[in-house]
Amino acid sequence: MKVNILAFGIVKDIFSKSIIEVDVTDTATVAILKTQLEEKYPRLKQLSSYMVAVNNEYAWQEQLIDTRDEIAIIPPVSGG
Amino acid sequence: MNIDIKILNEPLNIQSCIDWVMGPECGGIDVFIGTVRNATKGKTVVQLEFEAYEAMALLEMKKIAEDVLQKWPVQKILIHHRTGVLNIGEVPVVIAVAAAHRSAAFEACRYTIDTLKQSVPIWKKEVFEDGEVWVAAHP
Repeated sequence: MKVNILAFGIVKDIFSKSIIEVDVTDTATVAILKTQLEEKYPRLKQLSSYMVAVNNEYAWQEQLIDTRDEIAIIPPVSGG
Repeated sequence: MNIDIKILNEPLNIQSCIDWVMGPECGGIDVFIGTVRNATKGKTVVQLEFEAYEAMALLEMKKIAEDVLQKWPVQKILIHHRTGVLNIGEVPVVIAVAAAHRSAAFEACRYTIDTLKQSVPIWKKEVFEDGEVWVAAHP
């Protein structure tokens, strides 16, 4: 299934876009998505850390993702 | 309504923030004002650029505010964050907390900015004469 991934901060630089489309298996989890993204964008691995947000909530590794989800890559935050 | 959370793309109005949290039962207001500093690790900063994942940032800030109301006897809490390009001395964030007594106001205000800096999806980029860096992105 196709999922859209929103990029912010340095991830926008890494993806060269603010949204990318990725093809994942229908039973993909956040962990699987991360592995796939890191293969295609190895610079993600150089970040101190990053989180994945699904529908505006921080997601856990084994969380399933759906084609209708709003998925975002959250690099280390630095607000305030 | 005792929570005011906003993300704005224009200068924050500190006095309005104070006026909003003020109330007759309030004995003390603690205000945190974040400001753009002119240097980082000895290097001159030209400007900061702030970006937000707005929908999620508003939700996360609201969670912090609700948490504060649970933990301390606070009457009102306001969190305003600005996005866009900010120059030295400008204000990216204002947090204002009103309580009957000062102890709760101090503690809640500190907790709010400390937690915001850990969990809210907002990012700042430091712009130097010779380049730019997303803060905290790399070890």
